[in-house]
Amino acid sequence: MIEFTFWDIVRNLLLAARWTVLLSLAAFVGGSVVGMVVLFLRIAKNKWARRLASGYIALFQGTPLLMQLFLMFFGLPMLGLRIEPWTAAALGLTFFASAYLAEIWRSGVDALPRGQWDAGASLGLHYLQELRLIVLPQAFSITRAPTVGFLVQLIKSTALTSIIGFEELVRTSNAINNATFEPFTVYGLVALIFFVMCFPLTQYARRLEHRATAR
Amino acid sequence: MGYSLDFGWLAGATGAIARGAATTILLIAVTTLAGTFLSILGAAGRRNGPLLLKRAIGVYVEVMRNTPFLVQLFFIFFGLPSIGIRLDPILAAMLAMTLNMAAYTIEIVGAGLDAVPRGQTEAALALGFRPRQVFVKIVLPQALKVIFPALTSQIVIMMLESAVVSQIAVRELTYEADMLQARTFRAFETYFVVTMVYLVLSMGLRRLLVSGGRRALGAGVS
Repeated sequence: MIEFTFWDIVRNLLLAARWTVLLSLAAFVGGSVVGMVVLFLRIAKNKWARRLASGYIALFQGTPLLMQLFLMFFGLPMLGLRIEPWTAAALGLTFFASAYLAEIWRSGVDALPRGQWDAGASLGLHYLQELRLIVLPQAFSITRAPTVGFLVQLIKSTALTSIIGFEELVRTSNAINNATFEPFTVYGLVALIFFVMCFPLTQYARRLEHRATAR
Repeated sequence: MGYSLDFGWLAGATGAIARGAATTILLIAVTTLAGTFLSILGAAGRRNGPLLLKRAIGVYVEVMRNTPFLVQLFFIFFGLPSIGIRLDPILAAMLAMTLNMAAYTIEIVGAGLDAVPRGQTEAALALGFRPRQVFVKIVLPQALKVIFPALTSQIVIMMLESAVVSQIAVRELTYEADMLQARTFRAFETYFVVTMVYLVLSMGLRRLLVSGGRRALGAGVS
């Protein structure tokens, strides 16, 4: 029987929190890349491209993330891919994030006055140049607050990957709890660690929002 | 690829899926009522209560919004018994969902209360309404109308998040899916079917809330 002191618990939880941070970053970067593709489809001139992107977004926003992770975990091996919890977790969260980010950024594109596109066209820019030089920089800038807000949601969502067996903060805490029988302390500490990660970002998002409404 | 999809098990599983879906609906129905009620009290307390109460509500909102629902659930179900509060899985799930949702809806309801012009309160007071009547009959209905779309979204999000309570063995839709796939060895097909059930539930719930909101709060609710 191994004895866990309070500091052993803290140390092990903090070590596991590295994986939570890493997974959050991977999913945010991956989600941004895939989200850009979805955004392009969502605002494309082709009606079917727009419908496809809307369907993609509705699917991911209308089903539980836990189900998406399960489908990733059990579905990818059928395509002949060897799958580990890390791959399923990172891919699942990437697709989840891409749908939300695409929708957030689209709201930014929609919020721009039509004149921005017209002005770009009258300067002789073609569609992609208009997007790259005029529309997207402004759309990203006005949606910075909800984007940071979604990052907070994404960090919290990594907790679900413990259920498909990824060794992050929550899964480690379950193991420690089973060894120490101190759920009050262990889960309290886990909540505290998540809070320390998320609260500064929440405050930052709030500041961005205030700045945006003050302007 | 050597794998072929098989949905043959589905005929014998509809009962379990329906039972699970019914429990999920029960969970979200209780959470919606309790959570909305709690958030109205919370939002009112945060505006008009004593300073200590305002602070406490503020801390509560921040703590719940910045920690994962799964951890809150584990804390309530596994953590609280060690200080003598022991709850049934389903009660623990309802409590966790209600407390989680209220943290988000307190802010939403609060924004709605702020959106009602002060003149409405003043006019009602001038007509001889008592302060509580002013809040319940004049301010709150107008606030709810403004925030209805945001409230609807939050309820749907909470319904999707309720999949997590399968982890403390509440026999809802995800729990039934876990049981089914353990029996049929058709994990992908099982979770696929159940995911589609969730999609139908979330679309149906949204539609139901919007039409119900129109009826209760009058036209103009979207």
